[in-house]
Amino acid sequence: MTASTLFDKVWKAHEVVPETAATPAVLYIDLHLVHEVTSPQAFSVLRSLKLPVRRLDRTLATMDHSTPTTTDQVFGNVPIKVDAAARQVRQLEHNAAEFGVELFGMRDARRGIVHVISPELGASRPGMTIVCGDSHTSTHGAFGALAFGIGSTEVGHVLATQCLLQRKPKSFAVNVEGRLPPGVTAKDLILAIIGKVGVSGGTGHVFEYRGSTIRGLSMDERMTVCNMSIEAGARAGMVAPDEVTFAYLQGRPRAPQGTRWEESLARWKALVSDPGANFDGSVDIDASALEPMITYGTNPGMVVPISGAIPRSSGDAILDKALGYMGFKGGDAMLGKPVNTVFIGSCTNGRLEDLEAAASVLRGRKVASGVHLLIVPGSQAVKRDAEAAGFAEVFRAAGADWRESGCSMCLGMNGDTVAAGQYSVSTSNRNFEGRQGVGARTLLASPLTAAASAVRGRIADPREFL
Amino acid sequence: MEPLKIVSSRTVVVPLANVDTDQIIPARFLTTTTKDGLGQRLFADWRYLPDGSPNPDFILNQPSARGCQVLVAGRNFGCGSSREHAPWALVDYGIRAVISTEIADIFRSNALKNGLLPVMVDETTAAWLIEHPGAEVTIDLDRATLTLPTGVPVSFPIEAFARHCLLNGVNELGYLQSNLAAIERYEASLPAGA
Repeated sequence: MTASTLFDKVWKAHEVVPETAATPAVLYIDLHLVHEVTSPQAFSVLRSLKLPVRRLDRTLATMDHSTPTTTDQVFGNVPIKVDAAARQVRQLEHNAAEFGVELFGMRDARRGIVHVISPELGASRPGMTIVCGDSHTSTHGAFGALAFGIGSTEVGHVLATQCLLQRKPKSFAVNVEGRLPPGVTAKDLILAIIGKVGVSGGTGHVFEYRGSTIRGLSMDERMTVCNMSIEAGARAGMVAPDEVTFAYLQGRPRAPQGTRWEESLARWKALVSDPGANFDGSVDIDASALEPMITYGTNPGMVVPISGAIPRSSGDAILDKALGYMGFKGGDAMLGKPVNTVFIGSCTNGRLEDLEAAASVLRGRKVASGVHLLIVPGSQAVKRDAEAAGFAEVFRAAGADWRESGCSMCLGMNGDTVAAGQYSVSTSNRNFEGRQGVGARTLLASPLTAAASAVRGRIADPREFL
Repeated sequence: MEPLKIVSSRTVVVPLANVDTDQIIPARFLTTTTKDGLGQRLFADWRYLPDGSPNPDFILNQPSARGCQVLVAGRNFGCGSSREHAPWALVDYGIRAVISTEIADIFRSNALKNGLLPVMVDETTAAWLIEHPGAEVTIDLDRATLTLPTGVPVSFPIEAFARHCLLNGVNELGYLQSNLAAIERYEASLPAGA
């Protein structure tokens, strides 16, 4: 028997019809996550063809992108301020009711960012195929699932048939060894990986994150790493499930229980790449040599160690345009650059451990005058946990703005935006032009770096706060 | 969908690399619940000035761009989010093909489902096209070739089934539904609780 990768095994187990030269594989989808932005057009197709949702038990909807984060708009009587967003929220409520899809609506205690709630429910599990009309679906690969983003037409395909037509991507090993130094987080690791592989280096591939460093990461940290696989162009990122995964899942509401748990565990333990399995590509990373990382440009691959300098342009049109947009000069140090807004949250860094990290820096300190620090939990469950753990109190005492859950300032479509020309240190995943608002200038970093920069009012090295 | 065989047009060139889907259509326009009218929002933040007037420096606002159905772009076009609004906006505007050395995975898949041809070519061909904006090109989907005014056809890769669907106006959903018996057999074989 030939040695298989983890990805090979999960793919093979979901082939309803294998691919041929003429036709792609018909791939079965175990879990379909649905949100308000990319689903309306898909439900319209089902309606026009008079088709039902094939597997309601494998479909879960929530609202996160367009939803406001102020308590008065979510739980009070204040209407959603962005009219189009309000219509989109109502449309999902309508579609879920019409088709019978389970929806965690606006005031549901289980609502949150789609990539935060499914893991915390125990709905994202090893060996599954998971899709959503959202490129950060790669997050769920942290559980050893094959999880990837799809377009709205494909959302319709999965709603109607629970399957997708797919060509099998290639495999790519991301080998990470060594201990992450203090103050260097999973976010810094994935930014360093993207910096090394490039923003299209993973195109056509599924990453498997491997090595002792990855084994030593918590589930929250693995999710941060897998979340940004797409920023290197990879379709998905996976981590083989292990005791850390199993301990996280056991007892969660939708995880198997009793004898089903034991049966599942036996299956999950086989979900590793066999010794000698062949990968189509690979990269090696020494985690012990990493520093906190921060982006200076307009894609996540434009990244430097925080003590580093912005690269000097040598007639590179891409770099020149990026630096022009950012208002930066080649050769300048990143430390000490001005900051107007700090955003801590998103499907990348909106989980409890991220908020704990932010609280560790903010405890007993104040946000610098003139800086707006917005902290948005990834889900209502994370919000409750952060309040119970005392983090929310730390945030409020520091002068931060503490909100209801949602995608918030990661993308400017819900009322939370960064003003034109302003600098935003953000724990989110994309520093594209205008991502956080028209003309907004985004610097991606870890929650530690974001919190440290909020306190200093300038780009700061979080290691000075440890 | 209408069958698609040939796209023949002058090119419009956006030479930048890594044009992401937030540039193709910014997130604030994704609150729509239909596909209609997105062409007006195509490249919105590059195409319009803050007061809403057309930015005269942006290529799509120049007379030479009028009527062009083929967009030539730098490498890694369409990176970023899975929003199908990106190909919807391009198609609604009138673009029928995108030529680049690299096109991001999800964008490419979404484009094929909307009659927008993702044409990936070698560096030399791409460099020639970037240096010759407005060139008359012909894309023959049946032969999977791009023909430049210099006359030499260049072949490009395209997934066989997507090509078949585009050439014949076949709906992929219909094909998936034709596999219903296999889907039911697969579901019956799953372990309980999996």
